[in-house]
Amino acid sequence: MLDRIGLKRGDEVHIADASLELHAGSMNVLLGPTLSGKTTLMRLMAGLDRPTSGRLVEDGRDVTGLGVKHRSVAMVYQQFVNYPTLSVYENIASPLRVQGLPKAEIESRVARAAKLMRLEPMLKRTPAQLSGGQQQRTALARALVKQAKLVLLDEPLANLDYKLREELREELPRIFAETGAILVYATTEPAEALLLRGSTATLREGRITQVGPSAALYREPGNLDAARVFSDPPLNELALTVSNGVAALADGSRLPGDGALGALPDGAATLGFRADAAAAAVAVGGDGRDPSHPAFPGTVAVTEISGSESFVHIATDAGLGTLVCLVEGVHAFEPGDRAEARLDLARAFAFGADGRRIAARPAAAPRREPVPA
Amino acid sequence: MDSRVWDNRAWLFVVPVMAFVLFSSLIPMMTVVNYSFQDSMGQNSFFWNGPGWFQNLLDPTTAVGARFQGALLRNFAFSFTVLAIEIPLGIAVALCIPKSGWRVGAVLVAIALPLLIPYNVVGTIWQLFSRTDIGLLGVALGRSGVPFNVTQNAGSAWAVIVLMDVWHWTSMVALLCYAGLKAIPDAYYQAARIDGANRWSVFRNIELPKLRKVLVIAMLLRFMGSFMIYTEPFTVTGGGPGEDTSFLSIDLVKMALGQVDLGNAAAYSLVYNLITLTVCWMFFTYTTHADSKDVA
Amino acid sequence: MAQITLDGIGHAYGGDPKTEADYALKPIHHVWEAGKAYALLGPSGCGKTTLLNIISGLVIPSHGRLLFGDRDVTRLPTERRNIAQVFQFPVIYDTMTVAENLAFPLVNRGVARPRIDARVGEIAAMLDLTADLKRRARGLTADAKQKISLGRGLVRSDVSAVLFDEPLTVIDPALKWELRSKLKAVHRALDLLMIYVTHDQVEALTFADKVVVMNDGRAVQIGTPAELFERPEHTFVGYFIGSPGMNLLRGEVAGAEARVDGHVLPLGAAYPALPQGMAVTLGIRPDYATLTAGDGLPVTVTRVDDLGRKRLAHASLGGGQSVVATVPHGMGVETGPARLRLDPGKIHVYVDERRVAGRDLVGRAA
Repeated sequence: MLDRIGLKRGDEVHIADASLELHAGSMNVLLGPTLSGKTTLMRLMAGLDRPTSGRLVEDGRDVTGLGVKHRSVAMVYQQFVNYPTLSVYENIASPLRVQGLPKAEIESRVARAAKLMRLEPMLKRTPAQLSGGQQQRTALARALVKQAKLVLLDEPLANLDYKLREELREELPRIFAETGAILVYATTEPAEALLLRGSTATLREGRITQVGPSAALYREPGNLDAARVFSDPPLNELALTVSNGVAALADGSRLPGDGALGALPDGAATLGFRADAAAAAVAVGGDGRDPSHPAFPGTVAVTEISGSESFVHIATDAGLGTLVCLVEGVHAFEPGDRAEARLDLARAFAFGADGRRIAARPAAAPRREPVPA
Repeated sequence: MDSRVWDNRAWLFVVPVMAFVLFSSLIPMMTVVNYSFQDSMGQNSFFWNGPGWFQNLLDPTTAVGARFQGALLRNFAFSFTVLAIEIPLGIAVALCIPKSGWRVGAVLVAIALPLLIPYNVVGTIWQLFSRTDIGLLGVALGRSGVPFNVTQNAGSAWAVIVLMDVWHWTSMVALLCYAGLKAIPDAYYQAARIDGANRWSVFRNIELPKLRKVLVIAMLLRFMGSFMIYTEPFTVTGGGPGEDTSFLSIDLVKMALGQVDLGNAAAYSLVYNLITLTVCWMFFTYTTHADSKDVA
Repeated sequence: MAQITLDGIGHAYGGDPKTEADYALKPIHHVWEAGKAYALLGPSGCGKTTLLNIISGLVIPSHGRLLFGDRDVTRLPTERRNIAQVFQFPVIYDTMTVAENLAFPLVNRGVARPRIDARVGEIAAMLDLTADLKRRARGLTADAKQKISLGRGLVRSDVSAVLFDEPLTVIDPALKWELRSKLKAVHRALDLLMIYVTHDQVEALTFADKVVVMNDGRAVQIGTPAELFERPEHTFVGYFIGSPGMNLLRGEVAGAEARVDGHVLPLGAAYPALPQGMAVTLGIRPDYATLTAGDGLPVTVTRVDDLGRKRLAHASLGGGQSVVATVPHGMGVETGPARLRLDPGKIHVYVDERRVAGRDLVGRAA
């Protein structure tokens, strides 16, 4: 359990009042952009660094400032860290040798870990003879055999090819779940957080912005920062000015008072929505539009194609910035094409001036209407 | 707020090192400092002399001051000369070393050979080499009519000492530069070829900038080495002819051991030490400053 | 402006290949058309970098000829090939300013000063480097440095091709889309032949008019992003493109039906050419396999992944094989029995990993 953990270096705040409760056998994802404090927080949890404020409690015992040596911790890093001169077998066995376990015990544990990580044919090789994926699996196996109470994985898949990443992130939670350890997994990718399930804490600038079950947090971000962190492609944001309960955009156009928009207090606010709440469509003009789907005409800047989905970046005519819209399948919106972003207001979030979410939309997401493209 | 006791036993491991440093440098140094502020009438009786030795040393009108100043200037001249030759020559040699294949090993071993020879042997080799009666260089120059005599002609003595230092130490500069050159990713050379850069342009715009840090280290090492040089010139010239190749170290040894002028020698060695430290510090701050500019 | 022709280009390190497996790059015929953007996509070790190096002249191929227009350049050194290249890591000249860096390839070729200045200004504007032109290149961020490298690659208007070797590796993920769109815009503005090597499908599909998917030293399919997604010609393309990749199932084909794990699946085409009961691989993308509340194959859902935008179910077919399927929006789903619908028109049949074209069913219906 982390109780208002903080870390300052000089005047620089690295971690501010982070509180988390981590249970045995649970998967906990730290989600945040690079330099948001994920690694720092993990180092504090491991006992590699000492917090300048707050307490670290393990099973009711205060372990704040207790060195990593005296704790039951395993850690895997983004870079493949292995002993270059040792064989894969010895690499995996190394934490057990340090613990001074009997030989038979070491052998059986290494054999099990190697099997789970599919490293059996490579046990005699040295890390230099392995591919990146195999090297990282070796590092993971080493963390696994240790049977530590706390396993910290710091973007372990970031340096792997995406196909390998897909495979490993399906396997990892299953493999480590069996050990009953507390798993903490840092990542920059929202999709990874969702796939790993468990609970997610979103981090931004050293601050935990929200904690909750991963899928629920994704659907119902409580504040602008959490929504930003938990969006890929980046969250679309529109600045609003609300007066007399009517929301207007920066270009003066008004939005219908649907859903959360109706509940906004007067003043400045932000409308945030993910790419899948906005569909890109060939611009059709004023007639026949659904009023709950305001449209923003513009020019296509680029279309990012991920295979089954296309993300169309539309630079809006009204000077509202670039909006990212999702189109399913592979679509050839070419840069320079005219298109419009049609926003599904029911799937947008409204945030007040302080960044807090104003009102939740209905829990059951209405099915998005297919949009003619 | 925090009542935990920190484990400080790790400090025990540092104790042997501290003891060693104490005996190897701190105590001898304090002895020297002691001497530099006292005078002696013999029989191991000392009395306080204040800054007298230092005033003496730093005043060029005194005998000791003149000696010090002369040796200091000679030393700077020597260091400057060898740096001016060894650094460009070392870079040039490094550029000529092949980058791959079996020849790399052979060339590197050949280049490293002078570095493996003890200082006094280097001195002896060059002393014999330049002798006008039996030395190859001395005899050859003598026959070809060049006025050359290490024991009588200051120019000859300097030429031999500089040549000896270049022969001995250019290898080190070359090896450092070679390591620096090897560290330049191939992409830079490929990019330069694609950009249509000529050989000089590659050297000027890629190799030299990438060697900057290595070169600063090479200059620092060679400055210290040449500024504190003793064995080799002493073996070749003994500081002569006259005082012409008498560097600070040679002069200091003469003063301390030859004339047992402990007070002057102590002040001499402390100032010598300070000068070396100051120059090294200047080098150091220059490099760290340049690095921090890089990051910004 | 010229096209580049690979005329049976193949390469075996060490020279003399005895078997297919000895080739790092198996012989390939292909024409890169002038003004188009291509991507070479594949996992590490697939031969894409070897192919790029052959085009740039860093590797001389052991087989075949390389033509720039009509000119055989197979053995010409890099500097005489008239190409530009951008590398994985930024290559900048430390001591020069940004403007001098950009101008360098032109200066070396003796281009007149006013033309250099105009071109440098144009490229800098495209890449948002105008404000930095006077700055020393050394102090800039990795992103900016890579933009300079890109700019140097694009500054010459007379090159036969611009080659990119995973140029966005060092770019901060949040900025990648911006550079992708820049590159795309630059390609449209400059009308240069561009060849882009990457292992990232998003980059390849986003950037290229046509993608060359490579695996194991072989170009397995060359096609537009839509073709690669809708009609993978090779099982590897199905697996590698799309996230998650295509479902590949062992089964048998008889006419216009397939048999998988005891189920009979209707297909969108007939395969009279295939012998009855021949073992084949069937491929269908998760996007076209959907759980349904209505009729469908009886399956057992073993796991549901909630990806936020969509949900994917792992459905076991009962005979040891399973399918990743899309769960429609709004549909409740739990592990256990469920029904699965596979869009017949989207099922492809593969023999020896290659797609077999079927005969359209429209003809048969009569």
